[in-house]
Amino acid sequence: MADKAYLQVSGLSRHFDISDPFLARLLTGGARRKLTAVDNVSFSIERGQTYALVGESGSGKSTIARMIVGLERPDSGSIRFDGRTAFDERQGQVQDNSLRQNLQMVFQSPYSSLNPRWRVGDILMEPIRAFDLIAEPQARRRRVHELLDQVGLSAQDAQRYPHEFSGGQRQRISIARALASNPQFIVCDEPTSALDVSVQAQVLNLLKQLQRDLQLTYLFISHDMAVVRVMAHRIGVLKNGRLVEENAAGPLIDAPQDPYTRMLMESTPRFAGGGATG
Amino acid sequence: MTAPLLDVSDLSVEFPQRRRRLQALDRISFTLEAGEVLGFVGESGAGKSLTGAAIMGLLEPPGRITGGRITLQGQRIDGRAETVRGRRIGMIFQDPLTSLNPLRTVGDQLVETIQIHLDMDADAAAVRAGELLDEVGIDRSRIGAYPHEFSGGMRQRIVIALALAPEPELIIADEPTTALDVSIQAQVLALLRRLCKERGAAVILITHDMGVIAETTDRVAVLYAGRLVETGHTAEVISAPRHPYTRGLMAATPNLDHVSVDTVLPQIPGSMPSLADLPPGCRFHPRCGDVMPVCRRTAASFAEGVACHLYNTQSPEAG
Ligand SMILES: Nc1ncnc2c1ncn2[C@@H]1O[C@H](COP(=O)(O)OP(=O)(O)OP(=O)(O)O)[C@@H](O)[C@H]1O
Ligand SMILES: Nc1ncnc2c1ncn2[C@@H]1O[C@H](COP(=O)(O)OP(=O)(O)OP(=O)(O)O)[C@@H](O)[C@H]1O
Ligand code: SF4
Ligand SMILES: [Mg+2]
Ligand SMILES: [Mg+2]
Repeated sequence: MADKAYLQVSGLSRHFDISDPFLARLLTGGARRKLTAVDNVSFSIERGQTYALVGESGSGKSTIARMIVGLERPDSGSIRFDGRTAFDERQGQVQDNSLRQNLQMVFQSPYSSLNPRWRVGDILMEPIRAFDLIAEPQARRRRVHELLDQVGLSAQDAQRYPHEFSGGQRQRISIARALASNPQFIVCDEPTSALDVSVQAQVLNLLKQLQRDLQLTYLFISHDMAVVRVMAHRIGVLKNGRLVEENAAGPLIDAPQDPYTRMLMESTPRFAGGGATG
Repeated sequence: MTAPLLDVSDLSVEFPQRRRRLQALDRISFTLEAGEVLGFVGESGAGKSLTGAAIMGLLEPPGRITGGRITLQGQRIDGRAETVRGRRIGMIFQDPLTSLNPLRTVGDQLVETIQIHLDMDADAAAVRAGELLDEVGIDRSRIGAYPHEFSGGMRQRIVIALALAPEPELIIADEPTTALDVSIQAQVLALLRRLCKERGAAVILITHDMGVIAETTDRVAVLYAGRLVETGHTAEVISAPRHPYTRGLMAATPNLDHVSVDTVLPQIPGSMPSLADLPPGCRFHPRCGDVMPVCRRTAASFAEGVACHLYNTQSPEAG
């Protein structure tokens, strides 16, 4: 098992200082207050698989995601990719370009995460330039067209601006940008929460197909249990920053052990229709 | 036969632009009985919120009603919705903070709403405000608290109390739980449904969440690009959708009890057209797997709960 793990997270914690500003504290005599957003969380993800984090708003899902991709510094614990350390308490955040290149993130809102003044082609070109992946301009353009093709858009779309696309198409552009640096691992934080079900199906199917074709490993965050079940091989349930239950997706959903997981399942509105049976 | 509580017939809404008019709602018709919960579903931009806004008289200019009639208990309200808004028709929005004044206690806001609409003195209104808080599951001892002292779910319950305070006949709830956690969403929806049933108030529930539709509504109306494409009893529409768009929506919605990591979700190809670029004939035809030549020329009229040439015996090429 351990040698197949692509991502290993151990004992990860993160606290936030939510005290009043220093001066206000001085005047009111208030104490410093600390919020534990992530509390000693450990899990691992096998290569080519999807691990989903679920839990209520504020349970710490996005904070974990941001620490894993290096956008937020853990207070303690360690993060290892493919056996290489990305963070531990001794070395801190390891600066390693090839590591960064392997990690990408797709966010909830395709509106705010794409620069509105750039053409789609330039948006996709940016990571290729930043990581110095392809030198030759002709080959770069071919790569951009290949990326557009991979997410179901056309080469002409490179000339257009983000606002000319629908929500689902913009989320495809975000995915194409994430793919541009040839990552092995993508964090998807609520990637379809802002989309309609019809468009959501397109995006979820695309992510799954890319995973098969490119052997991608995903950390997938969603509050929709049915979506999680479509995507995840394993699921971790977070409550107040702690992992309260973890298991393979089937048993976790069919026979949840922790009362909190059971409560989440029971409050999920059941939709009894649907044509998909697997 | 008595008139339905709400009767909307051939409601059309347009946005005039310099060169042309954008037809945002095209002859929408439906009825609603007292105590009934009717869901509106459809993709973003389909016209769900616009339908609610037109009934409430809250269309933002230049948007305007260009045809049809809206009657409440047999009385026309289109063009004079301000006489019923708040009093006979209550509204609940996605963000509870848009309906609450941050600077005033929830008690003051409830008392004021009650006194504006009902003939009650201050003491009686205060007692009623306490009862309303109890009814939505918030301890009446918190009547002196401000909106920011409550959680998101509690705030939305206070908004429900405010909407119910004048004892309206109809409540329009536009994505009332979209911003809430699933656990809180279930509580809020169950509360809304129970209170309306108890009081005989009808509800129009606007949402894009099929699970919410399935668990909360009695009937459902499906909108596509400004047209009503299907209506029916919720259980029937979910188990046996007829319009190809409704079928596509149902198939694309993952069913927690039937999916797994090996599932490939059926998808509807393409995306909904913008109002500036509507296709002729049936507005769904470029995405429809059952498209026939007639569909490209003429839209099917709405009959027997569905607007599609597949079901329309009058259509020349169907059968
Ligand atoms: N920069 C910050 N400063 C202070 N507190 C923070 C900060 N970032 C996150 N938090 C707090 O940490 C907790 C976890 O937040 P996080 O965004 O990880 O939750 P989440 O599970 O992603 O929730 P959601 O489902 O709402 O996105 C919350 O209580 C949040 O308020
Ligand atoms: N001021 C306006 N000018 C032009 N078009 C408008 C205007 N306001 C709304 N529309 C259009 O009317 C249509 C219906 O909008 P509406 O807000 O009713 O959609 P909706 O079904 O509620 O979608 P959502 O799920 O995103 O809330 C959309 O195509 C929208 O672009
Ligand atoms: S009218 Fe024709 S194109 Fe439109 S939904 Fe029915 S079969 Fe499809
Ligand atoms: Mg989050
Ligand atoms: Mg809306």
